[in-house]
Amino acid sequence: MAKTVEEVADLMFNMVKDAQGQKKLKPMDLTKAMIEQYGDEVDKKLCKAAIKQLINSGRCVYTYFGGSYVELPHREGAAND
Amino acid sequence: MAETTYKTPLLDELEKGAWPSFVKEIKMAAKRSPMANDLLGQLEHSYKEKIGHWKHGGIVGVMGYGGGVIGRYSDMPAEFPGISHFHTMRINQPAGWFYTSESLRQLCDIWERHGSGLTNMHGSTGDIVFLGTRTEELEPTFEELAKIDFDIGGSGSDLRTPSCCNGMARCEWACYDTMQACYQLTQDFQDELHRPAFPYKFKFKFSGCPNDCVASIARADMSFIGTWRDDIQMDQAEVKKYADDGLDIQRDVVDRCPSKCMAWDGKELSIENSFCVKCMHCINVMPKALRPGKDRGCTILIGSKAPIVEGAQLSSVLVPFMKMEPPYDDLKDLIERIWDIWAEEGKNRERVGEFIQRVGLGNFLEAIEVEPIPEMVAHPRENPYVFYEEYYEEDEGEEEEAEA
Repeated sequence: MAKTVEEVADLMFNMVKDAQGQKKLKPMDLTKAMIEQYGDEVDKKLCKAAIKQLINSGRCVYTYFGGSYVELPHREGAAND
Repeated sequence: MAETTYKTPLLDELEKGAWPSFVKEIKMAAKRSPMANDLLGQLEHSYKEKIGHWKHGGIVGVMGYGGGVIGRYSDMPAEFPGISHFHTMRINQPAGWFYTSESLRQLCDIWERHGSGLTNMHGSTGDIVFLGTRTEELEPTFEELAKIDFDIGGSGSDLRTPSCCNGMARCEWACYDTMQACYQLTQDFQDELHRPAFPYKFKFKFSGCPNDCVASIARADMSFIGTWRDDIQMDQAEVKKYADDGLDIQRDVVDRCPSKCMAWDGKELSIENSFCVKCMHCINVMPKALRPGKDRGCTILIGSKAPIVEGAQLSSVLVPFMKMEPPYDDLKDLIERIWDIWAEEGKNRERVGEFIQRVGLGNFLEAIEVEPIPEMVAHPRENPYVFYEEYYEEDEGEEEEAEA
């Protein structure tokens, strides 16, 4: 059965949370992982909508370190008070 | 603040001479803006030490967007508190860079309320660049910009803000409506512009004719350069007038034609149009006598980039001729097929041109379902990429014979 946007967003959020501080994940890494794990239950369009929801809800943020990544919100190292 | 508070002998040198000076402009802004004042102080310090004092941020932005804000912090915040945060905002410019004076005033007023007041009109991407603000001012700036119908542009691994020449608005050579194409694709690809999902940056640039005033062939991952496929329009009476007025048509036009497709017998100019490579030289020299043909469209090229991970590349021809008419469905379909394969197979920080070099143009064309044709040139009369089916068949036949 096809997964919902919310379900995929939760699964992606867990991936990002588990990888935080160890590996930076790009949006395509999340999409590929979902397709690999859940096959026909997900597709690229659904994954795109799930990432959009993660970002719009503030649970995740886009970051840039030479390329763009999806991470949990955190205080960046370079920031001054 | 009446005057700048820092002595800047090294920067002062950059005010000398006949050229415009960014130091002069920052000094003017520093009279009203503490941020601009501290910027002068840190810059002078950097010139003295020959060391940069900026730290690159990677998180700051506006809610929901992944691009358009470039985080910057001073690494000397105690000495220069005004630029402790000095983030850059890229604002999506209007197509062709046309403004009303009212909208320019509104933009400047917004930036004086929320940032340093310093702008760069325009950055090399084409955006309006707002230089220097604090993290807490990003959202209010964004909100005010939205109220006057401006949006943030691209940065990071996304579609960068598309840009175009002013095309049909001011230029008689425009072979398609660059501003309309640029505006329409900007609107249609808002997700790709604001939500980075690519291996690296991707740029569109639209030039109305082969003069390529926005240098799309050198700067855009996908270049759209206006062209024509029928004959150059010619007015022999005007050609003669140029000759009568002293133009040496043989030396300055015919001999400079890169494909030697022109002849001048002293009375009449003739052109072998099938040899023309659309360099525009003759048209530029005799604009009253020669014009691009009537069957106009654009050539789509792919793969140029400045040197970052790999060296610089120029674009090569992907689609020799396409009519550029709204709603651009064929074009959007092609772009999406390119993004699909590159996003899935591209390595981190690999531009589409580098990706094509790695996998080979033949494989790339197969993946995007485009047939290879002889006109897919890297340079006029140079095509290193075309593969014909019969070659494969011959090779396979030879292999089979050898195996037997």
